[in-house]
Amino acid sequence: MSAKKGIAKFFSDYAVVIIFVLLTVFSIGPSGLSISYIIQEIITRLGRNSFLVLSLLLPIYAGMGINFAMTLGAMAGQIGLIFAIDWGIAGWQGLVVAFLVGLPVSLLLGWVCGKVMNMAKGREMVTGYILAFFISGVYQFFVLYVMGSVIPMRNSSITLSRGFGVRNTLNLESVRQALDNIVLLKIGPFSIPLITFVIIAVLCVFIVWFKKTKLGQDMRAVGQDMAVAEAAGIPVERTRIVAILISTVLACVGQIIFLQNMGNMATYNAHDQTSFFAAAAILVGGASVTHASIPNVFIGVILLHAMYIVSPLAGQNLFGSAMIGEYFRQFIGYGVIAISLVLYAWKAKKAADATRLGLRLGAAGESTIVKANGDSGNGTGSAGKGTAGGSK
Amino acid sequence: MGQTGPLLSLKNISKDFYGNVVLQNVGFDLHEGEILGLVGENGAGKTTLMSILFGMPVIAETGGFTGTIELNGQEMHFASPFDALDAGLGMVHQEFSLIPGFTTTENIVLNRESMKPSILNDAFGDRMSTLDRPEMKTRAVGAIKKLGVKLDPDMLVSEMPVGHKQFTEIAREISRKNTKILILDEPTAVLTESEALILLDSLKKLAREGVGIIFISHRLREVAQIADQIVVLRDGVAVKNVPAAGVTIKDIASWMVGRSISGEAGPREESRALEEEIFSVEHLWVDMPGESVRDVGFSVNKGEIFGIGGLAGQGKLGIPNGIMGLYPAGGTVHLEGKEISLNNPAAALKAGMSFVSEDRRGVGLLLDESLEWNIAFTAIQIHGQYLKPVLGGLFTQRDSKAMEGLCKEYIQLLDIKCTGTKQKAKELSGGNQQKICLAKAFAMKPNVLFVSEPTRGIDVGAKKLVIDTLKKYNREYGTTIIMISSELEELRSICDRIAIIDEGKIAGILPPSADVAEFGILMAGATDSPSKTKRQSAAEEAPRA
Repeated sequence: MSAKKGIAKFFSDYAVVIIFVLLTVFSIGPSGLSISYIIQEIITRLGRNSFLVLSLLLPIYAGMGINFAMTLGAMAGQIGLIFAIDWGIAGWQGLVVAFLVGLPVSLLLGWVCGKVMNMAKGREMVTGYILAFFISGVYQFFVLYVMGSVIPMRNSSITLSRGFGVRNTLNLESVRQALDNIVLLKIGPFSIPLITFVIIAVLCVFIVWFKKTKLGQDMRAVGQDMAVAEAAGIPVERTRIVAILISTVLACVGQIIFLQNMGNMATYNAHDQTSFFAAAAILVGGASVTHASIPNVFIGVILLHAMYIVSPLAGQNLFGSAMIGEYFRQFIGYGVIAISLVLYAWKAKKAADATRLGLRLGAAGESTIVKANGDSGNGTGSAGKGTAGGSK
Repeated sequence: MGQTGPLLSLKNISKDFYGNVVLQNVGFDLHEGEILGLVGENGAGKTTLMSILFGMPVIAETGGFTGTIELNGQEMHFASPFDALDAGLGMVHQEFSLIPGFTTTENIVLNRESMKPSILNDAFGDRMSTLDRPEMKTRAVGAIKKLGVKLDPDMLVSEMPVGHKQFTEIAREISRKNTKILILDEPTAVLTESEALILLDSLKKLAREGVGIIFISHRLREVAQIADQIVVLRDGVAVKNVPAAGVTIKDIASWMVGRSISGEAGPREESRALEEEIFSVEHLWVDMPGESVRDVGFSVNKGEIFGIGGLAGQGKLGIPNGIMGLYPAGGTVHLEGKEISLNNPAAALKAGMSFVSEDRRGVGLLLDESLEWNIAFTAIQIHGQYLKPVLGGLFTQRDSKAMEGLCKEYIQLLDIKCTGTKQKAKELSGGNQQKICLAKAFAMKPNVLFVSEPTRGIDVGAKKLVIDTLKKYNREYGTTIIMISSELEELRSICDRIAIIDEGKIAGILPPSADVAEFGILMAGATDSPSKTKRQSAAEEAPRA
């Protein structure tokens, strides 16, 4: 019986991952793509996206759910890039300048965001989502009007012909893959952007180390029970702001890495779906709103992007229209987020029911109830273990 | 120990909340190695006293207190609980304050972790130090050893039995280097009997090592067993401060409850012969936060006023809320022989039960609506009354005239002070709001009426009116009333029988004429007397798990 329970638990814990693996595997054939092509694409996209997705981890540790407001950091990174292009700084130096400009902006935005989320405890995700829309408006005002009118722009090729405002599409030719191409490792048919992966690895090491610090421990405590942490003297609000602050700065770096790989940027909406793709990736990787780990990030990026690579062509070949594959991308991306949120709520409800069974202890003599109670005991025990594993 | 001066000394502590006196000249001494049992009913002032001792911000916000707190002969002024902790006070609260996903060790040293400096300290401060886990574990194990219990330092709190959580909490308090005084608020409330015994033993062990302990509990048996000194609070006054030796549970119970043992308050009802059973409950459980009901069964006769009393948090409020479907519940409930489906408020109302909630402003009233609406609302929703057909019955509309008539009728009947039937419910005084709630319930013409804390938060004159109204209604219409109240005297003045709830179960049912001490003992969960041998065997078997 316990084996059966174990299998059931495995399926409920990894439902999203399993659905994804199946869908992708079945789409590989119809897509007609070669395995080596798919692998190369996945390597490229790992380099491109992992950093952004990793920036979601700390707020999850701090119990603030998925930081949809990471978009704020992405906007800061874009502002940095616009200035780097305007000042004509090319190569990886341009990316460093972009980061140096984006850093104070992302710190400011992260602090604002943390303050706002402290006012909306328990509703951080929806607050972050809407806050991102609002700040996007501020960003557009800045890029469309302030740049060129208040802040002088030198490079006329990126400004609109009327003299102020930035063009709709920005060519990042001067910094295109500047980071990836510093050392491009060739292994067999595959080329690997080594420095990008080194930076990602450094971030992973930082996150692992960070969890061992006092601040990391406080963050976990705050994430699990704010009231208890507060009573123990942990500065709860400060800790939460720090989590969002770090996340926003990381998103700024992540967006710069993402855009240098893409090579061009839609000035006004490149950040629109940043948080959505990152959230989808981490959830596909088996994370939940309360638990996430570094493996979740990489599994998620690989699965989600394998799906994205094969689905348009599979759609083309199966249904005669690439639009159907495109539609699947969107549909599945949002679907994953919805499923994860529903599963999370469902599990929380199940846990509440299991503790409720404890109340029936008094009604002894009714064998069914006693049995049910025993079962629930096992259930909660293993759930607890699952939690422990997830947070490692 | 042989110390002369007391460790902690409270002198003439008085406190009022906006003129409402809750503590009056309370004082006691706590010596090194002494266990002081602090007992009192809800509202006796225990919580306020502990808030004062701990420098809780709420005390300063409400005007501070008078009197002095001396620690080792020095007067202390705690601005916040953290000052009190620094001074050597430790507190274990009734609710667990543990992080579920942390291990025993992590919880014991929470926010006092041992740290190793790291390279980022200079730039970002101490919080970037890494944790010294082996050292943390050593400290935790030390605290557990001092407590004298078996606890796995690496176990997650979420996987622990309840007793271990309580021990973890105590271990956390004594792991502070300078903890000299430990205050435990109802530490055994959630424990099984054997767990409670281990706890008491470890407290004695701590006391032998020189820690002064204030033990707050409603389980008088435990207080009598463990305390060296007993302080009884009643209505904000320390009515007794005696050495525990030779004091019986019954003594404590009557000190605690006995408000006016000499002059009985008000006339008692002569016992009535009511035979026919109308309502019965079996194996009821209710998941109402803070008021869980575990296993309750009782039956009520037609025309009876059945009282349900007990201390707060023991589950008496959960009973009507569960039966009326406001909180998840299970068990069987029969009204006039028919089973009532639980977790369905509409079905409960349709079956002929009505409920006057203790949460008057939240559940009881539509605060922004007129009195007409408030009184007729449930009747409209459930029975479809006070509606008139429009367009030959195609749809229905509120019948304002009928509602106004109904409202006027009850304003007169219950003597509700208001400017008219259109006044908004929120504009009335507490007592009159309560009458509106009663009118709403009466308008349903219920067979069984639940009244929960009907006199909470209303003034003395209005209390009497509400009680008289209930009695009159019961006598004139023969309505069966089940009344839940924290005020024992109120229950004794009106009820035919009174059940006392303790820890989610019925501790006993008594006639109103029974001695106050008997009620006190039932509330104190001291129904069976402990035997020494049983205690020891339980203590030996207990370090299982």
